[in-house]
Amino acid sequence: MDLKFSEADVTFRQEVVSFLETEYPEDIKEKQDKRIPLEKEEIVRWQKILNQKGWFAINWPTEYTNQDELSVTQKYILQEELAKANTPTTIPFGMGMCAPVIYTFGTEEQKQKFLPSILNSDVWWCQGYSEPGSGSDLASLKTKAELKGDKYIVNGTKTWTTLAQHADWIFCLVRTETTPIKQEGISFLLIDMNTPGIEVKPIITIDGSHEVNMVYFDNVEVPAENLVGEEGQGWNIAKFLLAHERSGIAGIAALKRELKRLKELSADIPLGESNLLNDTQFRNKIEETEIELTATEFTELRTLAAMSQGGSPGAESSILKIKGTELQQTISELFVEMLAYYAHPFYLENEIGSNETVGPDYAAPVMPHYLNYRKVSIYGGSNEIQRNVISKAILGL
Amino acid sequence: MDFTFNEEQSLIQDQVDQFVQKEYDWETRQALSNSDLGFGEDNWKKFADLGWLGICVSEDSGGFGGSSIESMLIMEAFGKGLVVEPFLETVIMSGGLIDDHGSDEQKSSVLEPAISGEMHLALAYAEPQSRFNLSDVVTEAKSDGDSFILNGYKSVVMNGPSADKIIISARTSGAQLDESGISLFIVDANSDGLNKTNYKTVDGRRASDLTLENVSVSKSSLIGDQDKGFAILDSAIDKAILAISAEAVGAMEVLYKTTVEYTKTREQFGTAIGKFQVLQHRMVDMFMEYEQCKSLLYMATMKHEEGAEDAKKAISGLKYQVGKAGKFIGQQAVQLHGGMGVTDELNVGHYFKRLTTVGTIFGNTDYHLKKYTSL
Repeated sequence: MDLKFSEADVTFRQEVVSFLETEYPEDIKEKQDKRIPLEKEEIVRWQKILNQKGWFAINWPTEYTNQDELSVTQKYILQEELAKANTPTTIPFGMGMCAPVIYTFGTEEQKQKFLPSILNSDVWWCQGYSEPGSGSDLASLKTKAELKGDKYIVNGTKTWTTLAQHADWIFCLVRTETTPIKQEGISFLLIDMNTPGIEVKPIITIDGSHEVNMVYFDNVEVPAENLVGEEGQGWNIAKFLLAHERSGIAGIAALKRELKRLKELSADIPLGESNLLNDTQFRNKIEETEIELTATEFTELRTLAAMSQGGSPGAESSILKIKGTELQQTISELFVEMLAYYAHPFYLENEIGSNETVGPDYAAPVMPHYLNYRKVSIYGGSNEIQRNVISKAILGL
Repeated sequence: MDFTFNEEQSLIQDQVDQFVQKEYDWETRQALSNSDLGFGEDNWKKFADLGWLGICVSEDSGGFGGSSIESMLIMEAFGKGLVVEPFLETVIMSGGLIDDHGSDEQKSSVLEPAISGEMHLALAYAEPQSRFNLSDVVTEAKSDGDSFILNGYKSVVMNGPSADKIIISARTSGAQLDESGISLFIVDANSDGLNKTNYKTVDGRRASDLTLENVSVSKSSLIGDQDKGFAILDSAIDKAILAISAEAVGAMEVLYKTTVEYTKTREQFGTAIGKFQVLQHRMVDMFMEYEQCKSLLYMATMKHEEGAEDAKKAISGLKYQVGKAGKFIGQQAVQLHGGMGVTDELNVGHYFKRLTTVGTIFGNTDYHLKKYTSL
């Protein structure tokens, strides 16, 4: 057992820090630091910068990236420094989700067609999983894909589709067959968002933002070659992807940054003759959170260590999903608590960062963030479902 | 012991419940909340015509002499409909304060038009540095012949945009944190030197920040005695806590019931999700938290009404419980509705948002737990 980083790791960390000093665009940094939502162009620009350095698709097999493989520790250091500098979160749907499916289950043609544009952030993907009637019970999905000649005809509705308004392509779970065991009739299909018959409708959430959408499919024709894997293999692919989605979902490095920021800001909130950080009740909550965060960090590190020795993230990733999202929610709540009345003035996305807002200059995004983050215990398999997974897979109940 | 309401009280409860049920459906509420004004002028006129605005005002001041039990019943019903009309701000907080401590002249020029629905009021007690401490006042008022000159800043003044008159706490003597030396003034919202920044709040209501630059008010605008405003303000906020807690109890009732109904109809894994024990227990906890709030609400309201020695402690205990239960019920109602719970379209998220602000307004759980301990 050893907690120290090797000399090579320390050098790597310095490399990341100096990269960020020179390559992280000033305009994006300013918006990020003010918590102003980014435009698609800005996210794409940042992803391209990362990719040029070989630090974007770090979990892909190197044969698809032509880049050097990072060790597990280096990946950890990289993610920590990226989060510490508050760089934009990369969009997972192409790079982190669709690509692993394609390079694991796809044909050579599919790999050649889709992977380079994902790597280069030229094509924006979204995820077509949930449906109005299929949330936690994803396998009950009804969107139908019927094979007619060399095309699938797709009909149905997907919901909670994050950033579909910007997407060029969507990867979907569709029903290709009605089978007694519902999981067996599901297939994984790639669909061009420009195909006639697709309609995207925004869903506005309680923070006033437009992040998620309904996506309607009305007799959408999809070339049969866009099927990934075999017909009926969709559920297994989805399970593979869920494990993928959950590793790293804890977002430890970002949580550490936010907790540090909370401490700094609360030290500037006057409370009588002292400040809020010196208030026993508030401080206790920060410290309880810090302990929980440290525990989660080391749970993640233990999982990563096991993975680096050839293990795969199994139900352990459910622990990280639960703990990580609970921490995200707790910290967002403490920010609201810190601001007291100044959490209440409410501004829409396009007003955040303007000079019209009242209260401390960092106040406007705090409440929207708290409200928006109620989603994290619901999405990616609700925390109730994650507990079911742990109880079944780990405890054997 | 008697937890029943008298005939008049039951009558007003039915009347307000009927209004909310029949004339305040969700679409109506959202349209009002999203309008420029942020509430319904016609509704306000109706409240005045029905006598609701004067119900808790003493008969001497031109009201009906009702108690905080009547205000509790009205606010609880309003909470069920998430009513955005500024009853709390104009009637309970500001009107009540003038009723209890205002001069005859103030009652006739401010309280009477407020009761008849012609004038809106607001109470500006918070400042950027004060958090929940009513005695942390930097805004100052200097005596100048027949006037006072006010300078300073007041933050998040609820109903500020519509208020014609604003009651402002300002320091006439003493140091920043002293209870002594605070005075209350009725200030015309159109006064020279008073500048409002208006905005929407997350609960769909309206508020303002105020800057005061050499705002001149006459000596007759002082409420009660100079330097003795803290006790007046403190008792007004006690009443406001009772009222907003009643509103929260109404909102909690709707949320737990809506959640129970939803889980009976939402099916996953071939069964209603309400059949899952983990969700059943969660909803039982929501229900119990609501009941506990209601118990403390009745207890604290009655203690306040009879002027019990420990009434203030009871009020802090209530506000603590409202903050804790409101957060739990609100968050869990969203969680159990899944993705639907975070949509703007569904009412659940809006009840959650109001319970979130109620948890902060007049002091959060930390503040009232500390206050409870100190009393």
